[in-house]
Amino acid sequence: MGITFRKETFRDDFSFKNSPEHIRRFPFPFHEDSYMYAVNIEPHVVGPKGSVLENLIDVDEHYVAEMQDRALVLAEDPLRCQSLPHMTLAGWDLLELLMEQQALGYPEHFTLTREGDHWRWINRPLGIDDTFTFGDVSTLPYGPMEYITRQSQGDFCILDQRDGNLWMDAGMVTTQADWSLDFDIGMNFFEWHAPVPLAHEKGIFIRALKFLTNIQQGKPARRLNWTMTINPRLDTSPENYHKWGPDRTTVTPENVGDKVHLRVELQSFWRLPRSNGIVFPIRCYLIKMDELVTQPKWARRLHRVIRDLPEELATYKGLTRYRPTLVEWLSKLDDGSATSPGFGPD
Amino acid sequence: MAAKSIISRPIYGTLSPQPGKHHLFIADAEGALAITDLAAKAPAGFFGDAHIIFIPGPDGKHVATLEALKPAQFYQGYSFASALPRLKQTLANAHMGLRLYLAGTEGLIGQAMQTALEAGIDHTSMQTEHRGSLARRMQCVHCKGITENVTTQPATCSHCGLLLLVRDHYSRRLAAFQGVCINAEDRSEIPPMEEIFR
Repeated sequence: MGITFRKETFRDDFSFKNSPEHIRRFPFPFHEDSYMYAVNIEPHVVGPKGSVLENLIDVDEHYVAEMQDRALVLAEDPLRCQSLPHMTLAGWDLLELLMEQQALGYPEHFTLTREGDHWRWINRPLGIDDTFTFGDVSTLPYGPMEYITRQSQGDFCILDQRDGNLWMDAGMVTTQADWSLDFDIGMNFFEWHAPVPLAHEKGIFIRALKFLTNIQQGKPARRLNWTMTINPRLDTSPENYHKWGPDRTTVTPENVGDKVHLRVELQSFWRLPRSNGIVFPIRCYLIKMDELVTQPKWARRLHRVIRDLPEELATYKGLTRYRPTLVEWLSKLDDGSATSPGFGPD
Repeated sequence: MAAKSIISRPIYGTLSPQPGKHHLFIADAEGALAITDLAAKAPAGFFGDAHIIFIPGPDGKHVATLEALKPAQFYQGYSFASALPRLKQTLANAHMGLRLYLAGTEGLIGQAMQTALEAGIDHTSMQTEHRGSLARRMQCVHCKGITENVTTQPATCSHCGLLLLVRDHYSRRLAAFQGVCINAEDRSEIPPMEEIFR
């Protein structure tokens, strides 16, 4: 049984929606009724059937629409995909990883066949059937990283490891929560995280870097991050902030349920075999409040998290303008009863 | 200076003579004084292996002071842009043992470092000393245009005209601070413009 891919948009008429099954599998990021930064990294191992962790690289009903949105972003702004000259080998590593994982998890949609360096890749949802020579960039229509990430959900950062640090030296970044690859490319781990409030003082990045530089091949890790987005907009880049920023002034008590979205990033970290780099997929999941509150536990918990969020975090996440309206709306769904432990719905 | 700073914001030191075979100095305006201060601590004959690329400020001062150090090569440029071909050639022809010293405004240090990075020199091996103006070089994250000598907060992008918050977030690759639209959410909010990077 294959996935039924939705026809939908992440701009203009914003027709994006989650099916009931996709609401249930949404990676709700709060395991308790409050939130503060932590090094919440755990092994990226396969999870329950029907969850977003059923496969280590998740493909879902939004796949085709997300790839169409990515193509639109790249046509407007090719600087969203960049790779410094020494990163081509890591791009091939990533191509191999994503082709293997997608073909493994979704054989009805993707097929990879290999005879030595002669590879054939069939991507049925996007109508692609290409043969190429692994390692020879002249046999693909794009560089290897761009080729495969135009066919894979989520943003991808490839980090070079040297001098005991990680360097953001390549990436495909079109569905980001307000950071610029074009500005940050070439920076080390501490530099590109420099604008994040509070976490440096807590030593979060020192511990996270230590963990990440020790990631081993075949033992990926993951963490969740979150923010909120008005309208189901994948491209909330700083490049286009002057275009999507005004959305934040449009939230009213009447439209909260439809306009306000929880945006969750499933970030995973994988050692690449040839380049010794790390690839860092940042997979974005969106859910509108009307969909989220169909799970009463999530509604109660989100109310408490947003209400009690420290001011610096609310500002950093850009919630300031509409937080009171959102909290008021959510409060009506919170009867004060206890929430069960863990992320999942009841 | 901005009241609160972050890790990507460059920190500058004090120039000091380094062991090396050749010494390349790039400085503008009051950066010359960082070189003369270094000269006071340098061993005899140090400038016999030195090349100074100097871009005087509008007042044209310090040229004679630097020439008096008797560097092996002295070049006076009209602007960083006019000095750039020479700097690139010098770096392309450089051998192991070249030491780099950058002094003066942030814009000069940043652009010289950018050129040296492109030539394959590690930024941590460069000596830097900030002297003079705090004016910033800023990239507009929206249109990608660079505005030179930004002294105000917020500042207007000289390319697309958006009113930008000049952040402390800094890219060595671009030699620029990041500018992000300060009133993107509501264009009718016009915060007062203050001159803070002098």
